[in-house]
Amino acid sequence: MELIALADIPNLFAAMTIGLLDNAVVGLNHYLVLGAFVFVCGLLSMMLKRNAIGILMGVELILNAANINLVAFNRYAHRASADGGPLLDGQIFAIFVIVLAAAEAAVALAIFLNYYNNFSTIDVERAQELKG
Amino acid sequence: MVADAGLLAVATQVETLSAVLFYVFSGLTAAGALGVVLSRNIVRTAVCLLFTLLGVAGLYFLLESEFLAAVQLVVYVGGTLILIVFGVMLTSGSQFRRFQPKPAEIVIAGSVAVVLFAALVMAIRNAHFVTGWMETQAKYPVGALGQALLGDYLVPFELASVVLLVVMIGAAYLAKARRREGRPVARGGGPGANLVTPLSQKARRWS
Repeated sequence: MELIALADIPNLFAAMTIGLLDNAVVGLNHYLVLGAFVFVCGLLSMMLKRNAIGILMGVELILNAANINLVAFNRYAHRASADGGPLLDGQIFAIFVIVLAAAEAAVALAIFLNYYNNFSTIDVERAQELKG
Repeated sequence: MVADAGLLAVATQVETLSAVLFYVFSGLTAAGALGVVLSRNIVRTAVCLLFTLLGVAGLYFLLESEFLAAVQLVVYVGGTLILIVFGVMLTSGSQFRRFQPKPAEIVIAGSVAVVLFAALVMAIRNAHFVTGWMETQAKYPVGALGQALLGDYLVPFELASVVLLVVMIGAAYLAKARRREGRPVARGGGPGANLVTPLSQKARRWS
């Protein structure tokens, strides 16, 4: 009896999820809403964090949200090119975004290290050296 | 007929599986993003960012962008996040110091975020994007990506390499530990005072 129940667990799970997600075919809008949510979270952490590295993490979240949108549009809303091959513009934009995000993180962390060497903190509220 | 029914069942199962995976990965991403916002400890924030990046990599797999998922894992999770964690370790004078925002800031930022999110969701619901299926299964998307990078996108590709070189030199120059002139370095006496770097001295003075 227990063995049968154990063997039925995947089927039960599948039936349950089919019942739950019957009409929930994942489409472009799901990815766009997720991207909007990640974008808003990144914006919030940029606004609320006072640690400079926290702000950098918010920027990374925003870039990831943009990447989700780019790849989702590339998957769902892109036509084939004239010769029948796939058009991968969205994925290539996403690759460039990843490259530039890595470069930006490196430069930003170098600046933060320099700032920390000079002021012993990375609280952005104290970065008032250039304030007029 | 039977074969058709079997194919239909398989297609339904694949769709259901991809839906389940989408909800798993998007839940991971959203929870990580929320954790980045809500966590006050910078190390925990970095861990939440790790989960977000992993979830986004899984979403790339679901979106049939396997190469991009691998790049996300290698560059973001393996590179950028490690860099951020090193930055956290190098700049946390006291790693338990927390930056608390003011309540007014929280209210303003939260209301801006709620309004912006509601506007974005309504815009997404009302927009009608022309969707179509892209046939990439038999077309080797990685090969097509390489051809596009060295074909249509050759100039941005080379520019990106130049940017990376400039960034490498600039970051190495900026992060170079330099001793500031015109300030007496040694503060305390003792035989080992000259061996202490100014950074740790300052950190000690501020803590």
